[in-house]
This record gives sequence, C-alpha cells and structure tokens, in this order.
Amino acid sequence: MNPEPPEERDGTPVGRRVFLGTLGLGALGVLAAPTLQRAMEGLTSKDPTGLTGLLPNGGGFRYYSVAASVPAKNATDYRLTVGGLVDRPRAYDLAELRDLPQTRLVRDVQCVTGWRVPGTPFEGVRLADLLDAAGVRRTAKAIRFTCFDGTYTESLTLDQARRPDVLVALRMQDKGIGHDHGGPVRLYVAPMYFYKSAKWLSGITVTDRVEPGYWENLGYDVDAWVGRSNGRTDEPTS
Amino acid sequence: MSPRADAPARPAARIRRFSRAERWIHRTTAALMGVCVVTAAVLYIPQLAVLVGRRALVVRVHECAGLALPVPVLLGLASRAFRADLRFLNRFGPHDKVWLRAALLRDRRRAARPAGKFNAGQKVYAAWIAGATLVMLGTGLLMWFTHLAPLVWRTSATFVHDWLALTIAVVLAGHIGMALGDPEARKGLRTGTVSQEWARQRHPLWRPRP
Repeated sequence: MNPEPPEERDGTPVGRRVFLGTLGLGALGVLAAPTLQRAMEGLTSKDPTGLTGLLPNGGGFRYYSVAASVPAKNATDYRLTVGGLVDRPRAYDLAELRDLPQTRLVRDVQCVTGWRVPGTPFEGVRLADLLDAAGVRRTAKAIRFTCFDGTYTESLTLDQARRPDVLVALRMQDKGIGHDHGGPVRLYVAPMYFYKSAKWLSGITVTDRVEPGYWENLGYDVDAWVGRSNGRTDEPTS
Repeated sequence: MSPRADAPARPAARIRRFSRAERWIHRTTAALMGVCVVTAAVLYIPQLAVLVGRRALVVRVHECAGLALPVPVLLGLASRAFRADLRFLNRFGPHDKVWLRAALLRDRRRAARPAGKFNAGQKVYAAWIAGATLVMLGTGLLMWFTHLAPLVWRTSATFVHDWLALTIAVVLAGHIGMALGDPEARKGLRTGTVSQEWARQRHPLWRPRP
C-alpha cells in the first residue's frame, strides 16, 4: 500500500517559487520605492475624500515620540529657558512669549520618511528675536535645543537659527499647538526636514560648536535642508 | 485496504494530522505574529500611538518579536513530521490547479475542490507568508540598523515595510477568518487530530499514515 498519492510527493515545487518570488518582489520594491512613492504622492494629493490619509505615506501628520512618556505642560507650568553663551539668560512663560511680536508662515511640511503636508500655517516668535534679546556672545557658533520629553535634542548653527523662517512656534494650523503636536511650544525650522522642528521645546542653549541632536546621532544629516540632504530630492519648503 | 471503510462503526475514530512539535510551531509563530501586529498598530495608527505613547518601548517589543518570528519554523526543521508537511506544502499536483481555478470562479462545491493534506490555497498562503515575513525582517533590519545602508535605502525599506504590513494584515485576517469558519481545522491544530469525516470531505486526496 502506498501511504501517499504520488502527486503529494512529486508535484511541481510551486511553493518554493511563490516563496522566492515574494522575496524577489520585496527586493524589487525596495529598489523601486523612490519612484513608487512619488507616484503615490501624486495620486493621494488629488484625493478629495481624505481616505488615502489612512494609507502608508498618505498624508497628514504622524505622531512620533521617542520618549517613554511625555508630561503635559500648560500655561501655568510651561517654561522656556534661554542660556549658554549669552549675556542675559532668562526664562519665558507662555504669556511672555505671546506678548512678543508674532510671525506667521505658511509652508509645506516635509518629513524625511516621505510624507508631506502642504500649506501648514505656523505662528510664533522669531528665534532671532529671542537670541537678540539674550545677547549672544562672540564665541558662540551654534544652538542646542532641549525638550521637556527629557530625551529629544536638536541643533542649529547660529546662522541657521537667525533665519527669518525659524520660529519658536506657539500656534500651528491656526490654533494653539496641542500636546500631540509638541505643544504648547515647539521649534519650527521651515526650510529643513521636520525632525529639526523639535516638539515640546523647553531649552535654548547657545554653544560654541554644533552638538548633533537625537536623530543626527542615528545617522540623519545635521544640516537638514529639504531636498538637499539625507539623500532625498524633495521640493524645497522654504 | 483502508481502515476508513469502517468509519461508521467507530464514529469517534480520529486521524492524526499534526504532531506536537508542529502544533507548537504554529502556536509560537501565531503568538509572535500577534505581538508584531498589535505593536505595529500602536506604532502606525495615530490614535493608538497617542493612547499608548512609550514609542521606544513599543518599537523594542516590535523589533524583538519580529526578529524571533522565523525562529519556531527554523527550530521546527528538526522535526521529521514538519519537514514532511513542508514538502506537501511545496509540491503542487494537477488537483491543485483544479482547486485554484474553482476558487477563482467561486465554485464552492466539494467536488470542485480536490485537495491532499493541504489544499492549494493553504499551500499558496504558506509560501507567501513565509516570503513576506522574510521581506519584513529584511526591511525591518534596514530601518533598525541605520548604519547598515545609505539613508535612501532606509526610506525605501520603510515604504516596502509599510505597504507589505498592510497587505499582510489583510491576508492574515483572511487566514484567521477561514479558521474561525472551520472548527474541525482548528481542532486539528489544537489537539493534533481531526475526524475522518472532515478529512474525507475537505482533504479527499490525503492519505494519512496510519
């Protein structure tokens, strides 16, 4: 008696072909991803239903926090310190920041992972104004940003920090910045990939050299100009 | 010649379908896949991400579960029964073509769906999910160890990882849905044995070793 019919043992090895084919398609997908991603963005940007927002890289903001948990801060307990190589270090609360001259910018937001949100308004105090008020010393070369999530850090050179399109933002999409978007105060570096726009900003320290931030220590570019860094060719945002 | 002829006389007689090792391979793989899916949902769906937070921890759990996902199958290669079933899953006979054509035409008649120990749908699923898991592992490693490859690779790997994750979610839901619709198949994976009646109906060409 034959325990197995011959077709169970000696058929075509289709399983192996499907397996190897899937692997091959995966590798091909990685190679073709930049092209595919651009094509997808072209399609999803014209979608009036917004349903494509549910798909990968379909638009809209993504929530990222690198910390275990982030404390919530509000008008009573939020403080932004400005210190380091300055003549007049000080701390601002939310009301004091709101009393300073505000600048509104409407630019695209570009994430280094590919998603882009068009025409997003940010409003806040120019970083240059805060630096001028603090009196930056001549030995200063750069800024180090720290965040009240306790983990995230960012950096800019002094020249980058003084650009008019770099804000200490208090408002985003024409409303106060909620906790999930990095509120009540976040950095907004319009011409750079969005990881430079540190959320939950709590400290501005003027330094004598650039100290790479959180993502830069993980391989991302320190000078993160949109379209001219990180091996990407996106349309510049500012 | 076959002991199945006297099935009515022994209604409780059951056929061995999976060995203990095979059942544990399926169980641990399913658990690890479940962890991958749940943590992926937390990382991916904004509402869940906000609810759970602790992204670093969730990422670490996801990475560990993903890395461990192929381990049960690799260890299982030591089992003779598992290797024999892999051979059944790999080899397609003429009846599998008939089965696939009937599936495409949505022909649900039993006679239109000849199958050995595994039907053609199960064979295709097994091969595809094995390949897809390795693609997820490869792209996941590129996203994890940023220094392994240039950054543009990482972006591409993210793209493939995201889209394949969505595809796997759909296919996996189908796999689970079909298991939910077939209690005897689930019993086979839980206890290792199935009824003769079920085997004759669902897998008429299967000739189990006594």
